[in-house]
Amino acid sequence: MSSLPATTASLVSSPAAASTAGLRGLVADWSSDRQAFQVSWGKAMMWIFLLSDTFIFGTFLTGYMTVRMSTTVPWPNPSQVFALHVGGADVPLLLIAVMTFVLISSSGTMAMAVNCAYRRDRASAARLMFVTAAFGATFVGMQAFEWTKLILDEGVRPWGNPMGAAQFGSAFFMITGFHGLHVTAGVIYLLVVALRLLRGRYENRGHYQIVEIAGLYWHFVDLVWVFIFALFYLW
Amino acid sequence: MQGTSPSPAGQQQHPIGLYLKVWALLFLLSVMSYAVDYFHLQGLLRWSLILLFMMLKAGLIVAVFMHLAWERLALICAIVLPPLALLVLVGLMASEAGHVHLTRLLYFR
Repeated sequence: MSSLPATTASLVSSPAAASTAGLRGLVADWSSDRQAFQVSWGKAMMWIFLLSDTFIFGTFLTGYMTVRMSTTVPWPNPSQVFALHVGGADVPLLLIAVMTFVLISSSGTMAMAVNCAYRRDRASAARLMFVTAAFGATFVGMQAFEWTKLILDEGVRPWGNPMGAAQFGSAFFMITGFHGLHVTAGVIYLLVVALRLLRGRYENRGHYQIVEIAGLYWHFVDLVWVFIFALFYLW
Repeated sequence: MQGTSPSPAGQQQHPIGLYLKVWALLFLLSVMSYAVDYFHLQGLLRWSLILLFMMLKAGLIVAVFMHLAWERLALICAIVLPPLALLVLVGLMASEAGHVHLTRLLYFR
């Protein structure tokens, strides 16, 4: 097409679009074999979804920054709020640190699963995905423990808490709750894909790229935790 | 990154050793960011270290685990550039929050 003169090229480039108007023309214009990203549609759509999710968590964290900066009441010290009493001493942020390592480990096993999937070793890929899902379920379990401790023992509520600024609770429950939902959905997603992989549902496609796409989602969940860990727990 | 480029079919096949190295690096960076809190570093040093480790971890996850380093530039730009708009929002809200903080100090104390 590029060897043709520009005028000729524009005339013959999209005959379908030129011949129809209205709604059909609109569809033809957007579907005439144009491709910007040289990846499968599933991968492109997952990236677009993750981009939109980036804005969700980005605005949550920006909202958290806004209420934390604007309050005149001291912000509760996360290092003390999330400390665990182990062996007669308070270890700061212990549970959160363990949760971080669990999630990073799950990202590692997920990366290995993707590697196995591309080597067409579907049994290993599925096994590693089950391990990843188990790590994810562990993470959600520890988060449930953390919420229970905070609500029942420390008296943190979305509208107030005994330690300081009232906005602490709402920001905490909103951000970690939404992230926990993502992890839960990811665990279910991974289990579904792994089971389908084992049952041979993807054999007629000739590739197991679905594992990489599921992996993109899982790594994103880990990525969001990196930001929550740094900006909410460490700051 | 020699020998780790994706095949023409868009497959992302990379040596498993690379994943293990990045995995170990992520562990190390997490330990270091936890150490920032554990040793009670304060002030500018604390914030700069937290942000540095955060960006390094995020970069490793996105570039290697999510394979963005081996994708074409068109996809990289489409994914990386739009979130930069959030920085504008952060800037706007930071100045707004400062203003609200000052008015609260003036009228609600």
